Amino acid sequence: MSAPVWNNKVVKWVDDRLPVFSMLHHSAYEYPTPKNLSYMWNFGSLAGFVLVTMILSGIFLVMNYTPHADMAFWSVERIMRDVNYGWLIRYIHMNGASMFFICVYIHIFRGLYYGSYKAPREMLWWIGILILLAMMATAFMGYVLPWGQMSFWGATVITNLFSAFPIIGDPLVTWLWGGFSVDNPTLNRFFSLHYLMPFVILGLVVLHVWALHTVRSNNPTGVEIKTPQDAIAFHPYYTIKDLFGMGVFLIFFLFFVFFAPDFFGEPDNYIPANPLVTPPHIVPEWYFLPFYAILRSIDFTVFGIPAKLLGVLAMFASIIVLFVIPWLDTSKVRSSKFRPVYKWFFLILFIDCFILGYCGKKAPDDYFMGIEGLKVITVGQLATLYYFAHFLLVMPIVGKLERPKPLPASISESVLKGGANA
Amino acid sequence: MSQTVQSSGDHTPDENRRDFLTLATTAVGVVGTGMALWPFVDSMNPSKDVLALASVEVNLSNIPVGQAVKVMWRGKPVFIRHRTEREINEAEEVSLNELVDPQSDEARVQKKEWLIVVGVCTHLGCIPMGTATGETRGDYDGWYCPCHGSHYDTSGRIRKGPAPLNLVVPTYTFLTDTSVQIG
Ligand code: HEM
Ligand code: FES
Repeated sequence: MSAPVWNNKVVKWVDDRLPVFSMLHHSAYEYPTPKNLSYMWNFGSLAGFVLVTMILSGIFLVMNYTPHADMAFWSVERIMRDVNYGWLIRYIHMNGASMFFICVYIHIFRGLYYGSYKAPREMLWWIGILILLAMMATAFMGYVLPWGQMSFWGATVITNLFSAFPIIGDPLVTWLWGGFSVDNPTLNRFFSLHYLMPFVILGLVVLHVWALHTVRSNNPTGVEIKTPQDAIAFHPYYTIKDLFGMGVFLIFFLFFVFFAPDFFGEPDNYIPANPLVTPPHIVPEWYFLPFYAILRSIDFTVFGIPAKLLGVLAMFASIIVLFVIPWLDTSKVRSSKFRPVYKWFFLILFIDCFILGYCGKKAPDDYFMGIEGLKVITVGQLATLYYFAHFLLVMPIVGKLERPKPLPASISESVLKGGANA
Repeated sequence: MSQTVQSSGDHTPDENRRDFLTLATTAVGVVGTGMALWPFVDSMNPSKDVLALASVEVNLSNIPVGQAVKVMWRGKPVFIRHRTEREINEAEEVSLNELVDPQSDEARVQKKEWLIVVGVCTHLGCIPMGTATGETRGDYDGWYCPCHGSHYDTSGRIRKGPAPLNLVVPTYTFLTDTSVQIG
């Protein structure tokens, strides 16, 4: 691509020495984008927006936050009551975490539905999963910082997961804690890492976008760009669309910030941490619930591997499996729009994740949706089974057996024919 | 230069020397980095002041029969229960093959009437209920962990639920009949 000619002298002077303007021009004006992207393609840029919001609100929170076991809780209360607009900054940060996961989960399901993980986008997909893992670590450690009851006991239960590993388990947990229980050293290191991790995420996002610009965006048809007619410039067409999406998204986000700031939270976290009393019902934040359900659904021993270790392995496996789906999916067609059978399995997977989330929220011995005799743990086990079966069985088998619908010859053709049978 | 270009088959002495240097440099680099990393890793282990808080002394004279207390030891609770005759019998009568983590009651106490265990569920570290009077003690009269439903008996042994092991017995010594040192 030819280098742009800059008329502005200052711009030209800078660009000759550090080609930032050429780079922006290259990735925004010249970057050819499929012309048929739907609103499902808005969530990547939205997630990026939320990341920046989290970093900014976080930096201002730190100015008033004290990372010490005796003071953390009250410093957060001070932020809420005394610091000018402290309540606003904290509520933005608190709800921002939920918004981040909403955007990223939609973004991931989008990728799953349209086969965006398939060649040549494997690296792009992998970096995305690394971002998800880093986000989980960040959000988990951030949630510990206000040092309420849920902070403390969530940290205790999750760090104890590592004790499941044979031999190294106990020393590992002691090392994570810096003591013999979750305590001040734990809080301090979590604070340090909670500050660091978002910048690691930022670095991963740069790689993610780099990979994206190398392999280009997928699109609802899953057919690659073939001629210039299939594409339009990112700016102004998609900058304006992303901006519009951001407006709608901000209404949603700020609704929670102003009118239901504790909607996603647990009231128990407004009780200061007490190492001697566990709250009767510990639940993780909503975005961890499906994984928590998988963890708990394993209450049996297999080949002498204890249930506790097996649960932990299953939970990690539920994310690790996402790394290999580019090879588990044997279909030649990317977009599920043209996959009459797989489409339905995708829907089941989607619902399955909500069922897992529900099971993660309830106590294992509760009845599922109040249905007498149907225990939450049993449903959780079935849902876990389907989760893994979807990736390990459905993806390879359906991909081989299914007869996809005919693909459009190009993006342009599908657009001209109208979206319906695209 | 000319030597490296012509080498299609055998390695020249120069190349062998170069390979050796590369390997040696890599090895020193890896070991050196590992050694430089260790202080940072170890700095995250419990520090000396944390290790120093290793023991507490408890006065037992004001714990009536049938009741229990929680004391803090190394940042976690220790349960001290003054067991009743019935609770002791219950603990002793269980046959070992009924147990998930087989251990006789004898092996877990120094004096029958005093059960001393670390009050941390061996599943994922919650504090089981049953120490304060009025709290549920679970199906086996000991403790009940609300987090994922583990039941412990009057010897602090796991009987039902996801926890794999009995409540841990800390090291302790009776200083007198009414005072014990934990740790
Ligand atoms: C990936 C981006 C981030 C995520 C997902 C995230 C997540 C969270 C969460 C879930 C909380 C607990 C909120 C609560 O319940 O009160 C929290 C607290 C906190 N975070 Fe972050 N955070 C991010 C970035 C940052 C950054 C970059 C900083 C600092 C520069 C920061 C500083 C803090 C502080 C000081 C608290 C404690 C105050 C409070 O609890 O409101 N965060 N974070
Ligand atoms: S922590 Fe006690 S049952 Fe899970």
